[in-house]
Amino acid sequence: MTTIDWAPNTASVRKTGFGTAIADIIAMCGRELRRTLRSVDSLVTAFAIPVSIMLVFVVIFGGAIESDGNYVGYVVPGTLVLCLGFGSAATAVAVAQDVTSGTVNRFKTLPVLGSAVLHGHVISSVLRNLAACVPVLGVALLLGYRPRAGFVGWVFALLFVVLMILAFTWLSALAGLFLSVDAAASVNFVFLFLPYVSSGFVPVDTMPAWLRGFAEHQPYTPIIETLRYLLSGTAPGNTLWVALAWLAGILVVGVLGAALAFGRSVKE
Amino acid sequence: MATTPLQPAIEIAGLRKAYGRHPVLDGVEFSVPRGEIYALLGPNGAGKTTTVNILSTLVRPDAGTASIAGVDVLADPALARSRFALTGQYASVDAFQTGEENLAMMSRLSHLSRAEGRARVAELLDAFDLGDAANRKVSGYSGGMRRRLDLAISLVAAPEVLFLDEPTTGLDPRSRTQLWSLVADLAANGTTILLTTQYLDEAERLADRVGVLDGGRIVASGTPDQLKSQVSGDRIVFSFATRADLSMAAEVGGSRADLDVDDDALELRVPSANAVADIRSFLAEAAARGIQVTDIAIVAPTLDDVFLTLTGRDAAHNTTTRAASARATDEEKAA
Repeated sequence: MTTIDWAPNTASVRKTGFGTAIADIIAMCGRELRRTLRSVDSLVTAFAIPVSIMLVFVVIFGGAIESDGNYVGYVVPGTLVLCLGFGSAATAVAVAQDVTSGTVNRFKTLPVLGSAVLHGHVISSVLRNLAACVPVLGVALLLGYRPRAGFVGWVFALLFVVLMILAFTWLSALAGLFLSVDAAASVNFVFLFLPYVSSGFVPVDTMPAWLRGFAEHQPYTPIIETLRYLLSGTAPGNTLWVALAWLAGILVVGVLGAALAFGRSVKE
Repeated sequence: MATTPLQPAIEIAGLRKAYGRHPVLDGVEFSVPRGEIYALLGPNGAGKTTTVNILSTLVRPDAGTASIAGVDVLADPALARSRFALTGQYASVDAFQTGEENLAMMSRLSHLSRAEGRARVAELLDAFDLGDAANRKVSGYSGGMRRRLDLAISLVAAPEVLFLDEPTTGLDPRSRTQLWSLVADLAANGTTILLTTQYLDEAERLADRVGVLDGGRIVASGTPDQLKSQVSGDRIVFSFATRADLSMAAEVGGSRADLDVDDDALELRVPSANAVADIRSFLAEAAARGIQVTDIAIVAPTLDDVFLTLTGRDAAHNTTTRAASARATDEEKAA
């Protein structure tokens, strides 16, 4: 062990700008990717659970609900959306941990783009969830899912999925800034159960009347139907605009709310 | 705008902050010259962390001024952030990254070039005795190693001013001593340090000057020696074999506010301007009541006594504090 023999740096340069902001965000993304890849827990949450959910719906429920196999084509988009919501909710826990551990305090006192830590969480969530789509869709294809989308349909589906992950993740980040780590861990229940009360798994007109109104008007129904149309190579029509309005609304609430909450969140 | 030697590294005045109707800071002011260690001493809830949070741009005060190395913290928080680093109460290091990765991340955030960053990380790992653990994940580090890494991370950009918020809370005595010597080294090389602590021995050991914070105000400040001299005379320490003897002895003292009864050490501390006469009269009274006194010592006042005199309260109510301090002192003697 050597001793400390440096003097403090008294040069007064403010070396921040657009370039350093990008560098800050890249550094934070690297941190989040390491967090995901290094814990069995987060790998299971990111990949194994979504694949299992897809298996359960297609293999177990699929046969019972429609024996001719058409249920696979119906349920895959809903299951994919459910998995993306579930995967995005992991951000709530990661953000809550950063607040609790004092890490957010530390980043806020650095001469960096303060929100870089949040951008790191969000960008890594997009990458993580897109990566999770590969095995989830792979399993669906193996089990007989045959999307009929052309190249343009896939491109729009991809863009739509990215927008969905962004909206779900910013909302989760906002929740993580408010909640304790334990409470943040239950955010994924919302994303796990809300899709069931939509047209994602069974048609809305098979539901009891009192539930139908909610199921028809909650955001998951237009979101899932839009993705179903896109993947099946059909123009989504008006449903697309309803879905985009919901996602844009969620995104605006998430981003603005997180910006406000981030400024105020101080670990005492 | 480099700092001139005459300009204080930290200067705050008239700092007020209330949460709801509960005032936390009620006109705090002090200034710290460059290269000095200033300890903000006070019990939980005295406003130590709030003061640090205001200085480190996390919280805005209701009133008052604060500057760091000549930069107005409230007017230009972004510039102020390039002048200081904060080591919070909790070791905010990433358990899922290695020690080296934690430091490398901070060197990127400090916008050092790759070469500069690598050299700085190596230098810090070495200085903080973390070289062997550099490539291990922090989740396997001991509490002391995490604190050292936490401090090293704060120093990547070689800040002029370092805030240490209760840096040794929860540390074992050996790690405490190690951290103390690192902090002393830093100050000796010119870093200004604001330390908050509830441990009197920590303030006494490290600080050039101490500010005693109580109820949102600095109730006393000065060098540890100056503060101790405010408490006139020596202390007589009577030791007893049983708790019953101790409580009977405390009754002899009656309602004196400056009696310090330590239930754990079975000691009674009494300020005294005339120790010999006081001991004689106490022993006579003790004999008359059948109290067994096992030991008597005359000691110079400590910051503990200062705190008791200034605030009417014992600074270290909890037993762990005392036990840890005692152990730490022993370790130092052994080292």
